[in-house]
Amino acid sequence: MWLIPAIVLPRRGRRERVHGDEDGELLARLRAGDERAFTALVARHNASMMRLACSFVSSRAVAEEVVQDTWLGVLRGLDGFAERAAFRTWLLRILVNRARSTGVRERRSVAIGDAGPVVDQARFDSSGAWMSPPEHWVEDSDDRLLAQGLTTELHAALEGLPARQREVVMLRDVDGLSGLEVCEVLEISEANQRVLLHRGRSHLRQVLEDELGGV
Amino acid sequence: MSVFFSRDPLVCQEVVELVTDYLEGALSRSQRRRLEAHLAGCEHCTEYLEQMRATIRLTGRLRVEDLTAEMQQELTAIYRRWRAEEEQ
Repeated sequence: MWLIPAIVLPRRGRRERVHGDEDGELLARLRAGDERAFTALVARHNASMMRLACSFVSSRAVAEEVVQDTWLGVLRGLDGFAERAAFRTWLLRILVNRARSTGVRERRSVAIGDAGPVVDQARFDSSGAWMSPPEHWVEDSDDRLLAQGLTTELHAALEGLPARQREVVMLRDVDGLSGLEVCEVLEISEANQRVLLHRGRSHLRQVLEDELGGV
Repeated sequence: MSVFFSRDPLVCQEVVELVTDYLEGALSRSQRRRLEAHLAGCEHCTEYLEQMRATIRLTGRLRVEDLTAEMQQELTAIYRRWRAEEEQ
């Protein structure tokens, strides 16, 4: 029997709702044989797909093949796609399945927890209170932070995360998927999703502190 | 885990591990109260939480390169082949 844990469902972001509506419209046009609708869907989703594919396979060329294969799968599966499901979730699920079945990189189900605290223990005293507190860096304007060439650093830090953390952080924070969508796409539990998200985001925060703190 | 069942006030080191669950709305009501009680009296953890929020916002501003013309062409070819298949 399935036990359904009492969880708070993540709220759907505005970005997602807009996404859903436009996808629905494009799908209708695609079904009616409009090639431009296909091009538009590609333009909307291909970047997320490439990023996700790249974290499963070892080369960009293979990632491109996986993505192309996914689009073909989408076209062929169009009739069977139930409209009530989110198109993007469905699309990314297909992608993950294809990427995994290419078997280019063996992905074992370890390292979810990666153990260890997310903030260096040396920064706390024996009672667990901050000894070396976070250095201030947040400003009123994100634009000003980004103008300092931060994008490159942050991008590199994201790329450098362990694959599973990277996948979750990219899907959540770059692509704007909800926690539930990410669980569906990657076939992981809510708890694992949160652990991976926590570790990934915490690492990125540290990178930003190192980069910007104490100015 | 003691963090989840204890009634003792949280310490900073525990707070930094609960921040994501807090932002995700995944803490129980009593956990959330304990965390918020700590935040109310701890400027460093408040700063930390603010930094996590800023991290999420800044990550959300990252964009990746557009589709290459080559890939666009490949995909258009895939679409046309599929249409041809469908019409058979």
